[in-house]
Amino acid sequence: MNRLMMIVVLPLLLLNSVAALSAEETHKFVNPKQKMLYQELTDELRCPKCQNQNIADSNAGIAKDLRNKVYKLVSEGQDKQQVIDFMVARYGYFVYYKPPVTPGTIILWLLPILFVLFTLVLIWLKSKRSQSVEEEPEWNEAQEQQLAALVGQIKGIEGN
Amino acid sequence: MNNSSTDKSSTSKNKLWFFLAPFVIFLLLVGFLLKGLFSDPRERDSAIMNQSLPDFALNDLMVDGKQWQKDKLIGEAFLLNVWGTWCITCDQELPYLTELRQQGVKIVGLYYDQSDPDFDEKLDIQQLRLGVSEKLLRLGNPYQFNIFDESREMLLDLGVTGAPETFLVDAKGVIRVHHLGDVNPRVWQSKFAGLYAQLSDENGTISKGGTK
Repeated sequence: MNRLMMIVVLPLLLLNSVAALSAEETHKFVNPKQKMLYQELTDELRCPKCQNQNIADSNAGIAKDLRNKVYKLVSEGQDKQQVIDFMVARYGYFVYYKPPVTPGTIILWLLPILFVLFTLVLIWLKSKRSQSVEEEPEWNEAQEQQLAALVGQIKGIEGN
Repeated sequence: MNNSSTDKSSTSKNKLWFFLAPFVIFLLLVGFLLKGLFSDPRERDSAIMNQSLPDFALNDLMVDGKQWQKDKLIGEAFLLNVWGTWCITCDQELPYLTELRQQGVKIVGLYYDQSDPDFDEKLDIQQLRLGVSEKLLRLGNPYQFNIFDESREMLLDLGVTGAPETFLVDAKGVIRVHHLGDVNPRVWQSKFAGLYAQLSDENGTISKGGTK
């Protein structure tokens, strides 16, 4: 039963993904480099209307308009950064999946490093403390006195 | 003796922290998530804020051969309202915008057409005008005139993601408010009214809408 399902469902799934990939490829490119750039950009640019989809995957009207615009700009020979700047100027940093390093986003880059440092310090402190506990003598003065007294007693008995 | 008792109290303190720390972290997380619960996922910084209205040359929606340019629009503070007959939320705000117009607010429509040639939807301008007239007759007409952005280039330059969206443009042509979603009395009061009154005062044309 399971195997039958696999045989039936798997090709369907594959077909589906192929269809999804080819659905939007109606643009003609003069060279493969521009096509690559177009695909790269539509993968990395985010649909401003959708919550979390790039413009290559989204069927929203706005995503389609943006794809057409990317195609137009790429065909004009603009490079990647120029197209990204064009989009960011209109839709803000939201439109690009890689946040730039600005005072507002610096925490995104620093937080993981700070976290690792903090953890290392914590581990170091903990190991140091457990070491100091080990070094502490279990034998204290009271016990020493008690021992001396006992030894004294025994010596006294022996002396007798 | 003394020494061992302070040791004991410090380890019990540590133990207390050991149990309190997850609780404190949990509380912080709850606070963070609670804040997220009430934030609007559609709310985002507009890139066009405090920038000049982009240049354009677009046709009037209703009148053949009439063209609008940026310098024909600016000179006094006005609202630029992006809308379309296909947009359901726009229907909700048309009556209120009409009310604002009656109070003296200048409102210009920027028509957002969604016909998609990929689905064989050819634009029939006569049909569109009919639809627009019917809708404005039924729900109220807040617009002095409508600009038709057939290619959607202007919309892209403005960073419009859908309809309705409303811009407040000052007398110099600088965009001062970019609002996503419908304009209702609450939104008008919180986002537009104060600034609009101030902008029209600066311009010497004190509107009834602003002072009301």
